[in-house]
Amino acid sequence: MNDEIIVSDSELVEPAVVHADRRRSEWLMTIREAWRMGRTKIGVGIFAFIVLLAIVGPWIAPYSPTEFVAPPFSPADIPKMWLGSDYIGHDVLTRVLYGGRTVILLSLAATVIGLGLGVTLGLITGYARRWIDESVMRILDVVLAFPQIVLTLLFVSIVGPKLWLIVLMVGISHAPRIARVARAATLEVAQRDFVHAAEAFGVARTKILFNEIMPSITSPLLVEFGLRLTYSIGLIAALSFLGFGMQPPAADWGLMINENRIGIVIQPWPVFVPVLLIGILTIGTNLIADGLGRALIGIERDTGVG
Amino acid sequence: MPPLLKLILIRVGLGVLTLFLVSIVVFAATQALPGDTARAILGKEAANKVRYEALREELGLNEPVAQQYVGWLGGVVTGDLGNSLVQDKAVTELLSRRVANTAVLVLIAALLSIPISLLLGSLTALRRDTKFDVSVSIGSLSLAALPEFVIGIVLIMLFATQVFKWLPAVSRVDPGVPIYQQLELFVLPAITLTLAVAPYITRILRASTIEVLESEYVMMARLKGLPERLVLNRHAVPNALAPALQVTALNLAWLAGGVVVVEYLFNFPGIGSALVDAVANRDMPMVQAICLIIAAVYVLANLTADILTILVSPRLRTGLR
Repeated sequence: MNDEIIVSDSELVEPAVVHADRRRSEWLMTIREAWRMGRTKIGVGIFAFIVLLAIVGPWIAPYSPTEFVAPPFSPADIPKMWLGSDYIGHDVLTRVLYGGRTVILLSLAATVIGLGLGVTLGLITGYARRWIDESVMRILDVVLAFPQIVLTLLFVSIVGPKLWLIVLMVGISHAPRIARVARAATLEVAQRDFVHAAEAFGVARTKILFNEIMPSITSPLLVEFGLRLTYSIGLIAALSFLGFGMQPPAADWGLMINENRIGIVIQPWPVFVPVLLIGILTIGTNLIADGLGRALIGIERDTGVG
Repeated sequence: MPPLLKLILIRVGLGVLTLFLVSIVVFAATQALPGDTARAILGKEAANKVRYEALREELGLNEPVAQQYVGWLGGVVTGDLGNSLVQDKAVTELLSRRVANTAVLVLIAALLSIPISLLLGSLTALRRDTKFDVSVSIGSLSLAALPEFVIGIVLIMLFATQVFKWLPAVSRVDPGVPIYQQLELFVLPAITLTLAVAPYITRILRASTIEVLESEYVMMARLKGLPERLVLNRHAVPNALAPALQVTALNLAWLAGGVVVVEYLFNFPGIGSALVDAVANRDMPMVQAICLIIAAVYVLANLTADILTILVSPRLRTGLR
């Protein structure tokens, strides 16, 4: 097929000029484009609601999260305890209001670690190529051979159920997946004229990586952030659910499910409400990721830069 | 050497290399243990110097690390995974039944999820932006976000404890009874796994099918005036086979990790729940064995899919000639 037929106007403009100007605001454009979609707004609404609940929760909670206020597994119909009590007689509503902070903070931390590591590895492998690329990708294959939860559990069995370890391992298990995306974007950007220009001027390699290439790959990374945050929430909550994350007497949604599931038949609320909140939180973050992803695809199609 | 064979051999070589590196990571895990295996087995009795040294000698802990690794790897290859530190039995003996249970569970989940995702993925791609596509897309987007235990608990409340009481909430598979006589114990875990993995796979497949449909060779076939059915059967389907294979491998790989949380949730006696127990008890030989099995399943599934992809995809086949 003749290429000239499908070339759009934007491609006819001198690329170097456009890029230098546009790449700074590329991620802003992606966000603006994503915001026009209903799903993104719903996602942001859900996320904001849960985060607000987690922040304000402890201030409006009727009791202390470690206070014994009723017999274990009291049903929800006793006055002043709308959700009843849990397996040792804590107020469920109070613990729900307290239990969101850890889930959100630990997941954010794990996602940031994963993104930092993954982007660095992706930039280096995408730009350096040859043996560095080959050997780093082989090592990442090894990390990829373990499902994320299995890799984390392997290290928990060595070090013990430490919070820092869980956050670190969830982050590390994200890294190769993010690195692949960052590497693919870097490979393409490294061919553009402004990178060649910087190379010709003798700009240091680390500066080229972080000052020239990095700003141009922020949009796909934004999508990755949303996606990995969704998985982080699931993994961190799952690890607490398995008993390796937050430890009693902490109030944490994942831990609450584990502690109270034996009583699910007589008192479902301390299991159901945390499950519900974790569920809608992940749906919210995934909607945001999807909105960003669609915006990115749309922009690439319109500008002819893929 | 024919280029196709060379391509396959390279891929096999990479797979073997990955498995080798995986085994090193898993072996290194015990080496990093604060205190050694002998101390872990003896517990407080480790204060007894003579017994401690004798056990170290017996376990081969006084040999150089490299030699220990070779010995361990030799054991793994010949099916000797050592003894459990908690129950004084061979790991293989403790795990054989559980491996079978998990295999059946994964098989059921795969048989459910692979056709569902293939069907939904290709149908939504063919009927892009119709109501059907949008509703499947919103449904799969939401389901794909949910952690397995969220899906599992909602299913338990729906079908076992709160709304309907049709199915058991726990899956204590009886080792004395054949599996086909207690299939009801597999229903909820298998559906949980299916609902967790199918949406994710559906979305990937929809994207790759659209890519094929928008490709130049499909456009070319349409411009030639071929009837739509021929375009799909002769040009689109062969090229969409490769993503379908990749998806199947991804599916299996995902299930290998998904069983951990789901088996724990349902008290299902498989390798996933065994891993959780072993990690809690720091039963390192068990942890090593299970991690190795899961990683090997993952690597082999991907390897098989990649080789089949090389064999079936027209672009790779002809590109080499």
